[in-house]
Amino acid sequence: MKTILNSHQFGIVIERLAHQLVENNLALDNTAIIGIQPRGIALSNRIFDYLTKHLKIKNLSYGKLDITFYRDDFNTSEEMRVPNATEIDFSIEGKTVVLIDDVLFTGRTIRSAMDAILDFGRPAKVELMVLIDRRFSRQLPIQADYVGRSIDSIISQKVKVKWAEQDKKDEVLLIDNE
Amino acid sequence: MSLSVKHLLGIKDLQPQDIETIFRTADNFKEILKRSIKKVPTLRDTTIVNLFYENSTRTRISFELAEKRLSADTINFTASGSSVSKGETLIDTAKNILAMKVDMVVMRHSASGAPHFLSKYIDAAIINAGDGTNEHPTQALLDAYSMREQLGDLKNKKIAIIGDIMHSRVALSNIYCLQKLGAKVLVAGPPTLIPKHIKALGVDVTYHVQEALEWCDVANVLRIQLERQNMPLFSSLREYSLYYGINKKMLDSLQKKIIVMHPGPINRGVEINSDVADSEQSIILDQVENGVATRMAVLYLLAGKKDLE
Repeated sequence: MKTILNSHQFGIVIERLAHQLVENNLALDNTAIIGIQPRGIALSNRIFDYLTKHLKIKNLSYGKLDITFYRDDFNTSEEMRVPNATEIDFSIEGKTVVLIDDVLFTGRTIRSAMDAILDFGRPAKVELMVLIDRRFSRQLPIQADYVGRSIDSIISQKVKVKWAEQDKKDEVLLIDNE
Repeated sequence: MSLSVKHLLGIKDLQPQDIETIFRTADNFKEILKRSIKKVPTLRDTTIVNLFYENSTRTRISFELAEKRLSADTINFTASGSSVSKGETLIDTAKNILAMKVDMVVMRHSASGAPHFLSKYIDAAIINAGDGTNEHPTQALLDAYSMREQLGDLKNKKIAIIGDIMHSRVALSNIYCLQKLGAKVLVAGPPTLIPKHIKALGVDVTYHVQEALEWCDVANVLRIQLERQNMPLFSSLREYSLYYGINKKMLDSLQKKIIVMHPGPINRGVEINSDVADSEQSIILDQVENGVATRMAVLYLLAGKKDLE
């Protein structure tokens, strides 16, 4: 087991991601950030809080997207996934949509999320923010625009992202599975 | 998260947590049905046949819409105009349809137990859309879901089922479903339309509709099923309406506002008056709306099981 981010680094990374988002999108008045259920929500909450409280950004749309019904492994996965709520009560038409998830691995979740978000309208642009990018493990041609930390890992390893809100401590671990 | 059954033959076979799972999933689908694109690609590799041996408007349209909203391919079969009139048996018809690679069967039949019988002979998941006077599980699910939307948790809530209990599959499924959710059930109607041993199911019985209305939080009013009655069980529809029909005056005489439901089709002026059916206390059209989301949930949860068996 290896620590990828300790709680100090964790905070810095989140602040940097928020600042990068502002750098790219400036006023953010035509931007929507959308967390992917369930694991992207902790990160999207933090980013949203930082943008609205520290950087005093107004008029930022914030939504949550569940992709259960858009997955491509419905018939092959071992157990059925529990769907979570989708909360997008604004129009994404013509906006820049920033999808937010914790770990980018095969790219399949993001593929599903893009399908799902297009059912809500036609965004001007879709961007992707992730806390951890597991390089060289992609199964689809998808890459992130904002990356907290890129890591090299093998398929059998697991990345565990812990959040102070639910796991008492902010931390990212790389776990070897035997 | 998965159902404990492979088929939905009746509410009788479900665990309370299965019903919770279906409701939770239905919440998600209800949200999807409010979007401008009311469709998800989940079941795009699934083919479903709607096997209807008996007439239906709401149930068939509701199932078909639910299937289409999930991107499943659908085939509709109605007994009239098919080879059933040439003498083909149920098993033969089903096996022939399934030979064309169909994954799920939604089935309505006038014989009680027909889907249970068929489930012994075919591999596809079967959803009972009403079998004779036995069960109509998806109706009970959407009824309970609609009640829950109005009242919250149904534990200890008082539900009266009023009308033709004897011939109603909706009544039996409702009783099972509501009891599994912890509600109290009372059945009301003329003695000739209430089965003799219904108390064995743990429900209370009254022959006075006014009494039932005073007791309940929700009145689920059932249709008089003349097509299933082969002997006279009450003297005339007019008399039935006079003694057992529900009108606005009765609702206004109560100390509280109860919710009125009806699974449809309504015999207006018989079991329920228009001034009740169209009143603000009636949630009849909410029931129809919720039917699509609950059926999507059932289809989704059963389709996911097909490769696990």
